[in-house]
Amino acid sequence: MRKSKKIIHFIIISFLGILGFTACYPVLFLLTGSLMGAVELTDRLGPALGGAGGYVSWRLLPVYPTLKAYVNLLIDSPEFFVMFWNSIKLTGAILAGQLLVGVPAAWGFAKFRFPFKKALFMVYILLMMMPFQVMMLSNYLVLDKLHLIDTHLGIILPAVFSTFPVFIMYRFFESVPDAVIESARIDGAGNFQIFFYLGIPLGSAGIISAMVLGFLEYWNLIEQPLTFLKTKSLWPLSLFLPNIGLNEAGIAFTTSVVVLLPAMLVFLAGQDYLEQGIVAAAVKE
Amino acid sequence: MWFRRSTSTSLSRKRPDTPMKKIKGCFPVLKRQGHGGKKEWAGILFILPSFIGTGIFVLIPFADVVRRSFTESISGKWSGLENYRAVFATPAFRLAASNTARFTAVCIPLLIMLSLLLAIFLQRQGKAGSLLKSAFLVPMAIPVASVVLLWRVLFDNQGILNGMLQRLGMAGSDWMNGGTAFWVLVFSYIWRNLGYDVVLWMAGLSGISESIYEAARVDGAGEWKCFWKITLPNLLPSMFTIAVLSLLNSFKVFREAYLVAGDYPDESMYMLQHLLSNWFRELSMDKMAAASVINGLVIFVLILLLKKAWEKEG
Repeated sequence: MRKSKKIIHFIIISFLGILGFTACYPVLFLLTGSLMGAVELTDRLGPALGGAGGYVSWRLLPVYPTLKAYVNLLIDSPEFFVMFWNSIKLTGAILAGQLLVGVPAAWGFAKFRFPFKKALFMVYILLMMMPFQVMMLSNYLVLDKLHLIDTHLGIILPAVFSTFPVFIMYRFFESVPDAVIESARIDGAGNFQIFFYLGIPLGSAGIISAMVLGFLEYWNLIEQPLTFLKTKSLWPLSLFLPNIGLNEAGIAFTTSVVVLLPAMLVFLAGQDYLEQGIVAAAVKE
Repeated sequence: MWFRRSTSTSLSRKRPDTPMKKIKGCFPVLKRQGHGGKKEWAGILFILPSFIGTGIFVLIPFADVVRRSFTESISGKWSGLENYRAVFATPAFRLAASNTARFTAVCIPLLIMLSLLLAIFLQRQGKAGSLLKSAFLVPMAIPVASVVLLWRVLFDNQGILNGMLQRLGMAGSDWMNGGTAFWVLVFSYIWRNLGYDVVLWMAGLSGISESIYEAARVDGAGEWKCFWKITLPNLLPSMFTIAVLSLLNSFKVFREAYLVAGDYPDESMYMLQHLLSNWFRELSMDKMAAASVINGLVIFVLILLLKKAWEKEG
């Protein structure tokens, strides 16, 4: 009886293990490809490139691993650096702006009562859920009026005022106990002191959650730059890749890995916060 | 271990309520003072920068879009519902709307069931379970641009998938061209969002007290009975929230669809998002305005439903 239970347990775990491995396989796929030499790559991908017969046959690990593709990317493609820098600039500026604007707003929604607060917050929730395509035309109209089409600022500003981080941080600020605030107020702390010395430290988990979710979102920015940036030298890295054909597979793989790397690091470092952020959006306390 | 921590935080965020309420009750005067008259307005100061920005970049222009949806784009004359009629009369709109509806109807139930199944299994595996949960979350962090390469190599007519099928003696198909393109998109969505939903389900599961199960087991209830009589009813309120969040995440699948297949993909995966992007590029402003309003309205209704669910829970 016990033994059969153990076997069933083992089967389930190994099945889930295989499933989990499959979910993560793209990471390995990209790493393997980026370490392959040009000859091996062309040889393997030949059928998908057209020309060669048969099918693409992939291996778990490269036969002749080499860092040549990385060297090529770092030395021979100056446009790569420009786009990498663009990505960092856009993501960094958006997140910094969200901190500056969103954190106080979340605190205001969580800890004050004023007329129309509920209605206003409902508007925020509504806006955070609208997909880009619904807001595309209105975004275009305002950016056109402000002459921000084809500038980085035109991507950054609308994103800074995204209401999603406000909502996430609100959820965390809400759980800061009122009694703590009351006692600080009795000790003579003003609204801003309370915000800086109590609100921000006690809600830091929420702020970090919002930043982790935000990073994954904006590092992945596709629709906005594609729609509003005409000049290719302004594009972020996420748009660089789709433009590389499979015939330049070496560069495609290494760039994929480089795009993946920061997102993976943020994910590994902030997974706890990521999960808290996900749950915060769904569970009402 | 971090897994333990994350569940305990979701509990500890619930817990402060009880002692706090007691304290609040003891000092009714303090409470009134904190929320008294003048100080309330300080809240508006905190929100003001965000609200002004939202007004300029979203609310005012969207109001303009609503106005435009009722006018002719060139002359600016009032045209009533003409634009809306034009939108519904476009075959491309009907195709895109029905594809989007079909995609939603297939994906959401599939994702919800798969993730619930996974969450229930993972919940019981302790340390291995938390490791696996991380594995399923990884796709969320993989940038779309990085996956596109794999998708192309995997689903090409002479790609990995067809190669494997052929070795198994089965006929492959040209996945990205033809009805199968739709299923590639479904797969892509499930792959990316499975971990997200598992995390949500596991949070719901950790909220069910173990003592209920113990009591049921003492009374002789088996695994199935426990699942049907305890787990499922307790998770029902979260189910709706998870469904709506999954739906909202489903709009993002456009990124993959677009990067893999471009402006005009196979007919089976031509979504509303494709249509709107294409109208935008062709500068059909009036149709686009009307379509934005229609889409916005549909989502608005869905969110009202979500709000209702939240209020029931709380």
